[in-house]
Amino acid sequence: MAIHLEPITAGSEHLILNMGPQHPSTHGVLRVILELDGEVIVNAEPVIGHLHRGVEKLAEHMTYNQAIPLMDRMDYCSPLINNLGYVLAIEKLLGLAVPERAVALRVLLCELTRIQSHLIWLGTHALDIGAMSPLLYMFREREEILDMYEEVWGARMHMAYFRVGGVAADVPKSFLARAGKFLSEFREKVDIYEALLTENPIWRRRTRGVGIISAEDAIALGLSGPALRASGVDWDLRKHLPYSGYDRYTFDVPRGMRGDVYDRYLVRIAEMRQATRICVQALEGLPAGPVQAEAPRVVPPEKERVLTTIEGLIHHFKIMMEGYSVPAGEVYVAVESPRGELGFYIRSDGGTKPYRLKVRTPSFANLESLCTMAKGQMIADMVAIIGSIDIVLGEVDR
Amino acid sequence: MKEELTTCLGDRLAGCTEACGELNVTVLPEHLLAAARLLRDQAALSFTFLSDLTGVDCGGDEFEVVYHLLSITHRSRVRIKVRIPRGAELPSVTGVWPAANWHEREAYDLLGITFAGHPDLKRILTPDGFSGHPLRKEYPLGGEK
Repeated sequence: MAIHLEPITAGSEHLILNMGPQHPSTHGVLRVILELDGEVIVNAEPVIGHLHRGVEKLAEHMTYNQAIPLMDRMDYCSPLINNLGYVLAIEKLLGLAVPERAVALRVLLCELTRIQSHLIWLGTHALDIGAMSPLLYMFREREEILDMYEEVWGARMHMAYFRVGGVAADVPKSFLARAGKFLSEFREKVDIYEALLTENPIWRRRTRGVGIISAEDAIALGLSGPALRASGVDWDLRKHLPYSGYDRYTFDVPRGMRGDVYDRYLVRIAEMRQATRICVQALEGLPAGPVQAEAPRVVPPEKERVLTTIEGLIHHFKIMMEGYSVPAGEVYVAVESPRGELGFYIRSDGGTKPYRLKVRTPSFANLESLCTMAKGQMIADMVAIIGSIDIVLGEVDR
Repeated sequence: MKEELTTCLGDRLAGCTEACGELNVTVLPEHLLAAARLLRDQAALSFTFLSDLTGVDCGGDEFEVVYHLLSITHRSRVRIKVRIPRGAELPSVTGVWPAANWHEREAYDLLGITFAGHPDLKRILTPDGFSGHPLRKEYPLGGEK
């Protein structure tokens, strides 16, 4: 991309500084054009699109199932939650009910994903601000979660495990035992993270009172997720517009007061504890039964049938090659991703491919608030502010 | 919510239907800004949060611009739809919901919909010097040669 660095305010004494797109603290390829008055930020204009892959256009040319792996490549830090929003939207158009065991497994894996995503965020955010060691602790636990993913479905990141009508296959028994052990130990691990940071004077000085955004501004700018809650807004889709059976679980919605970098940190720490609570409930109350809906038009047959009967083979290929038609109509389904409101707007014309798919990604919308948070702050705080929004550029640019 | 919408929007409402448990409101382009302000400011509606704004290429030289609004107070959502012919301008809602800024830039970039009164309507996702609007139906999947 050509770089034109023209002063934003002509004739002023302000310095224009280009930050990124190759900058380790922009969490990917984000470029920010900073206008500085000395060391104070006067304006910050994010320049995005470096990772634009045209996911929405691609999806228009794929059957509904074929696009599932594209979804977890948008927010690669919380792949399963992206899968969930997408399959929920298709299931809503189809009017398809999912078996209880699959619903509970989805919740369990989504909350593990939330923990995993918050761990990456915390490790890298602390590293940005200069705390080296937390990263090592957080990646230890994240590694354990990725190993559990691998046990479930063979892949460590892009699982594409949630399918229309349920999940790809039942989880192995060893996974349940392993998850139980991990969850029982994880609360203490969060205490360790807090011991490293919460009362740490350097951490507090770098984060308290930095990058403040008021609740009114946050709502007006479309900020969502932990960043919105840190400004004091009681809004969590899992609680207030529940989906996928979240209304059956007991958990709290942590909130901040000041809307600064420190509060955003506290909210995410508290969310890890709440996610653990939900996981434990999902694990303990995991019902027995099938993990895929009885919907032969949409759900492919069992592998055993595909390999041993000609009918099964035909059935399998029909779904894989042709896909299935989805009734004409439109839906908008939003789920609470670790970053905020992740919405899938699907318009179907009755065919086997979406007529239009729009993904409302939280990182894209949240990044709009960067300028409001950064104005009047010191340039040294810029990386702390960017880190506190918790953006994933794959999701910003799609 | 359907009754509140009918009462508050009055004759600015061109249609209100419910499908898949979601409310669809149709508005004429000339009533969009007035309707947007009412949707945000009327206490019975309080749609203060713009979740999403996007365009759909409907074919037949028409676009539909779709707004997804969220009311945190009432825990409800509504979808606003405005149909415009290709080449026509639609008033920008950035004055009502500042969040619309980037979403409108995206619709401009990928579909070529122009929003009048937008503070800085320029491409957002495609690179500098890019021509064409990839999400239009006639745009080839492999890109223009």
